Amino acid sequence: MNHAPLPAWADIGLLPLLNILAALVVSGLIIAAIGEDPFRAMAVLFQGAFLTSNGLGYTLYYTTNFIFTGLAVAVAFHAAMFNIGGEGQAYLGGLGAGVAVLMADSFLPGLLLIPFAVIFSALFGAAWAFIPGWLQAKRGSHIVITTIMFNFIAASLMVSLLAGPLMREGQGAPETRPFAEAAQMPYMHEMLGALGIVVPRSPLNLSLLIALAVAALVWFIIWRTRFGYALRAMGASPGAAEYAGMNTVRITVLALLFSGGLAGLMASNAVLGEPHKLVLNFTGGYGFTGIAVALMGRNHPVGIILAALLFGALTQGGTELDFEFQTITRETVQVVQGLIILFSGALAYLFAPMVARLIAPFTAKKGAPA
Amino acid sequence: MKFTKFAAAALVAAGAAAAHAAEIKPAVIYDMGGKFDKSFNEGVYNGVKKFSDETGIEVMEFEVTSETQREQAMRRMAERGATIVLGVGFAQADAIAKVAAEFPDTKFSIIDVTWLDAPNIRQYGFKEHEGSYLVGVAAALKSQTGKVGFVGGMDIPLIRHFACGYVQGVKATNPNIEVFQNMTGSTPAAWNDPAKGAELARSQIDRGADIVYHAAGGTGVGVIRAAADAGKLAIGVDSNQNGMAPGSVLTSMLKRVDVAAYETFKDAASGNFETGVRVLGAAEGGVDWALDENNAELVTPEIKAAVEEAKAKIISGEIKVEEYYTNNSCPVS
Repeated sequence: MNHAPLPAWADIGLLPLLNILAALVVSGLIIAAIGEDPFRAMAVLFQGAFLTSNGLGYTLYYTTNFIFTGLAVAVAFHAAMFNIGGEGQAYLGGLGAGVAVLMADSFLPGLLLIPFAVIFSALFGAAWAFIPGWLQAKRGSHIVITTIMFNFIAASLMVSLLAGPLMREGQGAPETRPFAEAAQMPYMHEMLGALGIVVPRSPLNLSLLIALAVAALVWFIIWRTRFGYALRAMGASPGAAEYAGMNTVRITVLALLFSGGLAGLMASNAVLGEPHKLVLNFTGGYGFTGIAVALMGRNHPVGIILAALLFGALTQGGTELDFEFQTITRETVQVVQGLIILFSGALAYLFAPMVARLIAPFTAKKGAPA
Repeated sequence: MKFTKFAAAALVAAGAAAAHAAEIKPAVIYDMGGKFDKSFNEGVYNGVKKFSDETGIEVMEFEVTSETQREQAMRRMAERGATIVLGVGFAQADAIAKVAAEFPDTKFSIIDVTWLDAPNIRQYGFKEHEGSYLVGVAAALKSQTGKVGFVGGMDIPLIRHFACGYVQGVKATNPNIEVFQNMTGSTPAAWNDPAKGAELARSQIDRGADIVYHAAGGTGVGVIRAAADAGKLAIGVDSNQNGMAPGSVLTSMLKRVDVAAYETFKDAASGNFETGVRVLGAAEGGVDWALDENNAELVTPEIKAAVEEAKAKIISGEIKVEEYYTNNSCPVS
């Protein structure tokens, strides 16, 4: 790095804010260029994401997906591995959840069935990450290449299963039969409704709480356990870790299993939570966006939850933009979302030297930072 | 249900003034390909545009980008006071069924779905296998190498269904012709990958094919381009694509989704909207082959006579084109 280290508040607070601001300014220019009022567009985006009837529900539904995939990427990052296979691992996680439900929803009650399906989704996701992890550890095959290739294998596998043995009878769409009601993750609006709190109908479901609990668990494992320490040590320096007597092959494989399992858990939201059946492409790119979420969240669970909320809001707010303006098409919305990913992911440290220089006089007085 | 109405009231309030002005408020939800895919969705768009141009009624539009958005968009349109909502493609089937149940007074219509059971949904099915059979006959007669190709988009039953009808048409005309089949991919990107479409078409041409039929949405643009560049012939799909490379497109398999879209809104506007299932085949003019000034020189009188004869026989029932869906497999390959 060619600038002084930033204090934590600037690194995880100020810098991301500046990045978003820069992205919004550029987006605003684009929206102005196609002849719409950028301020009104931003207002629609914000209101659509948080204030309209069920907007918040949709935002949090998307957030849940991003928390899982963001955590998956972050865990691998701590072991200095770039897991681009979140998309495929989440896809296979869906298969795990789907197979578990299709096998057991005729006789298991919901209280057992849902945990059973959730565990299956994690197991399938982990299993899909195992082969790339093993190849990396034992054969040195680069994880970036293998995981991205496994995304394609996952997509082909799912098509052949959903258009073949798993396809519902009597119709032409490649999808499974709907799950029994017992296998449906309880909706938030139903749970809150039972408590007397009336919220509009949305796909938001219990998985959000699972995601938050999993985020806490990830924090605990990474920073408070022996395994987490080994994982971070290997990530910082594989040679030193090995010298210290750690089994790097084992850690590499375990880290990838952990990462894949987290990605697979996305199915508890995107399969058990809303469509209640296995459909093609339910992963919808959330696995890839998880990379940006992890980058922006600085690989810390709290940061990831906040970044996931931002991306959830963008996804939902973007939909509202598309509804509200006939001139703003889905392509424009993708450009806006892409700019935010560009500024907060790829150009994450663009403003770091400037910020470091600006705040230097204030931080210097308090003594040199570590 | 209470929440929905509550939410609907809040949302509709803003658009209420407009809703009173026109009796009918139509909406269309395009699927992933997008309304300018030069093929399936664009066919619907053409029908929608024809309706808007004729009546001056504005149609609300939305293009979905993810699984979750289908139901959301459907509900939003209904909440915004749409009186008739048109869904495009089988992937929207469950979303429309769910939302139609929530809004019993709103009319819905969907293309490529025939299996739903709801009092307020009109469903359009197309006998793509019949249209594909017809272009298969034309390909078999036109081929000089004895080899023809098929490039599909995403590998799903619907596209295998197209391929199956095509192969039957080819083989019924000349059992010795070899048919190469390739699918572009297994993700939705396969609908919009002209580079890969061109590559697949080229590889089929390298293996000796001189006519390539595509059922691949936007990917087909590459198929047609590659065939034209190699001096071979392509066959278009869904919309009339003869004009995309005049002289290099033998014909197009027309799937008249534009008619379905136009008819849906027109019937709704005139108050004659009936629900139920409408399956459009060769007999109903729902599928056909395209003959215009762009391919007039390519289609010899013999080919024209043979295809028209096949069409007449399909209509009369003398030729029965097998559906892929019957056994989820194709009787010939």
